[in-house]
Amino acid sequence: MVSPILELSNINKSFGHVHANKNINLQINKGTIHGIIGENGAGKSTLMSIVFGLYQANSGTIKINGKEINLKSPRDSIINGIGMVHQHFMLVENFTVLENIILGFEGETVFGEKLQKAKQDLEKLCQTYNFNIDLDATISDLSVGFRQRVEILKSLYRGAEILILDEPTGVLTPQEVDELFKILRALKEEGKTIVLITHKLIEIMDLTSEVSVMRQGEMVGHTKTEDTNKEQLAEMMVGRSVLLRVDKKEIKKGETIFQVNNLSVKDDLDVTRVKDVSLEIRSGEILGIAGVTGNGQTELLEALSGIRKVESGKIELFGEKISDQDNFLNPRMLKQKGLAHVPEDRQRMGLITDFKAHENLIFGYHDQEPFSKSSILNNREITEYSNKVMQEYDVRPNSPNLITSNFSGGNQQKIILSRELNENPKVLLVGQPTRGVDIGAIEFIHQRLIDMRDRGAAILLASVELDEILSLSDRIIVMFDGKIVGEKENKNVTERELGLLMAGVA
Amino acid sequence: MEFLSDIASLINSTLRISTPLVFAAMAGIFAERSGVIDFSLEGKMLMAAFVAAVGSYYLGNPWLGLLLAIIACVCLSMLHGFASVTHKGDQVVSCVAINILIIGLTTALAAAWFGQAGLTPTLNEDQRFLEIHLPFAEALRDIPIIGTLYSDILSGHYVFVYLAYLSVPIVFWIVFKTSFGLRLRAVGENPSAVDTAGINVFAMRYKALAVNGVLIAFAGAHLSTAVNANFFREMSAGRGYLALAAMIFGKWHPKTALIACLLFGFTDALQIRLQGVELPAIGEIPVQLIQALPYILTVVLLAGFVGKAIAPNAIGQPYIKER
Repeated sequence: MVSPILELSNINKSFGHVHANKNINLQINKGTIHGIIGENGAGKSTLMSIVFGLYQANSGTIKINGKEINLKSPRDSIINGIGMVHQHFMLVENFTVLENIILGFEGETVFGEKLQKAKQDLEKLCQTYNFNIDLDATISDLSVGFRQRVEILKSLYRGAEILILDEPTGVLTPQEVDELFKILRALKEEGKTIVLITHKLIEIMDLTSEVSVMRQGEMVGHTKTEDTNKEQLAEMMVGRSVLLRVDKKEIKKGETIFQVNNLSVKDDLDVTRVKDVSLEIRSGEILGIAGVTGNGQTELLEALSGIRKVESGKIELFGEKISDQDNFLNPRMLKQKGLAHVPEDRQRMGLITDFKAHENLIFGYHDQEPFSKSSILNNREITEYSNKVMQEYDVRPNSPNLITSNFSGGNQQKIILSRELNENPKVLLVGQPTRGVDIGAIEFIHQRLIDMRDRGAAILLASVELDEILSLSDRIIVMFDGKIVGEKENKNVTERELGLLMAGVA
Repeated sequence: MEFLSDIASLINSTLRISTPLVFAAMAGIFAERSGVIDFSLEGKMLMAAFVAAVGSYYLGNPWLGLLLAIIACVCLSMLHGFASVTHKGDQVVSCVAINILIIGLTTALAAAWFGQAGLTPTLNEDQRFLEIHLPFAEALRDIPIIGTLYSDILSGHYVFVYLAYLSVPIVFWIVFKTSFGLRLRAVGENPSAVDTAGINVFAMRYKALAVNGVLIAFAGAHLSTAVNANFFREMSAGRGYLALAAMIFGKWHPKTALIACLLFGFTDALQIRLQGVELPAIGEIPVQLIQALPYILTVVLLAGFVGKAIAPNAIGQPYIKER
């Protein structure tokens, strides 16, 4: 019997009324890669933040190597050999790699000898693990993949024996994911223990030897990875059986209804983010835009939906020019012409999160009948409509008077979707439809998009989730550095092919 | 040679006038680099001036007055920290409250203790700081250039003037060459990174505010116990705000902030010099316009010349760990 290196018993944690962790028990064995899987909001990150000393549990005990320890701050955890790579990197962007790593562990008041020694030690560590990091580089100049390596290096330098990674692959290209997995396997060979938090089933199957599943703050199961499969894990996560593949009929392509010619767009800092992009979407087709975050997808969607000014080029809807560098139609006029937009950043652009659900459900139509008459809102009609729509879209809880920010990400997205699909748009622009959305809701949202397509809408789907692009799109374009670097029919395209295009190397 | 001595006296006054600005800007760098906005430099400077004047009047020693001023300013900094760091209140509101409080408090206390609204008794020579004449200043005066430089520019200042310019390299060294400085800069850029490195974010910000309080006390004491011999109502006269502008103009960096302070000091020295002087081709410039010069310069510099002043990333944001 292997003795567990980390042992949690009866951990409880509440934030106000939210009981984020309920009586959690968990054992992690030394030298393994242990997966913790669960939907967004299942309490995985909270649990690991408790282990890292960032949050303090309301009750429960934590043992390391059989010895009970009291974690009052991350310092206690680090001293006990726990390291954590957070989902949002904990790096100071205008510091160098070296400064970030020694922060808090300088070992001297005035920089001198210890700094030189730290540098030597780090260079040795870099060599051992093939990290290839320039210690004097500034973080803001590094790619996301490298920043993550800096985080791993930081933990190792501080003497981590247990390394916790919170959703490490969300921001990486497929190639970077491969690199990361190589590093993690090498660390395991060295005898380190790795805890991988993720909601991606494929990563669990790929990498881990043991897996624990969390649902709504509770630990619902532990198993050896070899004794389970994706379907079974998904069922444990959601609490019911889930369809992992999208059912999609053969495409019935119609005529081109949305066309973009040589479009260039600048961002707020006056940097050209979309460069000479041309594309067309036919009726009954989903065009997927793949790409790593920040390669112009955001600005492209904003320009197409009339939020951002076009620098050059033109956009046509049904053969009629709607935007060029001189004038553009605002989102309201575009909506009247049959264009709907589900924005990437749902909390900032898609919703007014402090408003009640029913207000967000009709926003944009609030001045039309039957919702208002002579500028006065008709609350009875609005409530009736909201009840109906929330049922239809399975928004939970079904309470139109609840403040929108109290809904989960998936339910917020359903609110937006119901509003945007309400008038049967001819063209639908969708950005990151399932970011931060749980598996059950993903299934629903995907099905709605497919339904729209089957009814003859032209859909543009921008997503950083390759799985999503591959399962929904009929045609895929890849954006890199503001340009379209590849276009493929979605037949026999592999993730690897797209990954190379996304990284700008093919 | 009159031209040369004009220049010398202009530089001399620039150094003197810039002194409180330099202290305040350095104080501001500590607070703002740690992520805490400090609009209350003005109020704290005023408080320090009052406490220093009252303290040395009663205790008969300007150094003890300075010590009391330091204690008072650190307390005010802690108050600002308590409101905006511990209780996550709006930092600007907290500063404005301190500023308003101090204007009223100093005036009221002066009236209560000395019977004069907003005035403290004049300090005698033992109770205030005197100008320091460097050795051989008189003897070397007649040597051309070097004599002027040494005797007319470097010599004959209050101790605060020397301390102010000495503080700049020290601040630079602390901020960029020590582990305290590294943590200070980090906590203003990304407090989460500091927290996950096992450092207490709140403690770090309080430490920064304590240093801020010490430095700003020197600026106030300089006003009431060195260049003047008493405290009078609102004697800080916007210098705290000007120093804040200089600090932003200097991009939160001690060296460039010093240059900005000297620039503001120079325009102020110049305006004093220009009052009532007939300029060729222009004639006499109205006094009001000349007096407005430093402030016009502030607006122009901040609006146009600085370019993008990149503030510490987390400035003005209270640190909230748990959602």
